[in-house]
Amino acid sequence: MDVLYFAWVRERIGVPKEAVTTQAATVAELVEELKAREERYAMAFADLSALRVAVDQELADFDAPLKDVREVAFFPPMTGG
Amino acid sequence: MRILVQSERFDFGAEANEFASGHKDMGAIVTFTGIVRDLAQGDLDRMVIEHYPGMTQKALEKIAAEAKTRWSLGDVLVIHRYGDLGPGEMIMMVATASPHRKDAFEAAEYLMDYLKSRAPFWKKEITDSGADWVAAKDADEDALKRW
Repeated sequence: MDVLYFAWVRERIGVPKEAVTTQAATVAELVEELKAREERYAMAFADLSALRVAVDQELADFDAPLKDVREVAFFPPMTGG
Repeated sequence: MRILVQSERFDFGAEANEFASGHKDMGAIVTFTGIVRDLAQGDLDRMVIEHYPGMTQKALEKIAAEAKTRWSLGDVLVIHRYGDLGPGEMIMMVATASPHRKDAFEAAEYLMDYLKSRAPFWKKEITDSGADWVAAKDADEDALKRW
């Protein structure tokens, strides 16, 4: 699946998008896999309460299932308007 | 319903006029425009607005569609910019058309509240001394509870 990062999450991880092969069943499991990769991921995902997630371009919760999902995006709370 | 996500400037007057025309059954048009506000120190060089291209249009359409189910609305317009914007530039506008003003005002407020914290935009303020992402306010999240 594609994993996308926006705003300071993108800056901390250093890429806007990457293809990730995972067996994670939920977003939370995916986060744990990413955190285990490298320090920059661990830093970006240190405080999940400061993050929001979208699954296939719809806002979702961290316990959302990843079965058949093509795109997951992580970002800080939105500041539109 | 017209939803535009664009980097280009928009002509507020022209958009408002066009929106307000041709609705003989709509007695009330409400518009709101958001402007890039300078910082208290007056040193904002520019604001950079990032968005999630695949999701933004859909998220705005969903918010506008929900507004149409809650209020009697003849039409809804949302324009939101992204990219580099200078102080004083227009960031976005919403317009609502309704037979009566209460619905038009409330729906416009609803649109603003939701697109502030449920549409995938992120603002970064650039000054001579650095760059800071604008933090979401608890009050913005609390504002959703009244709907």
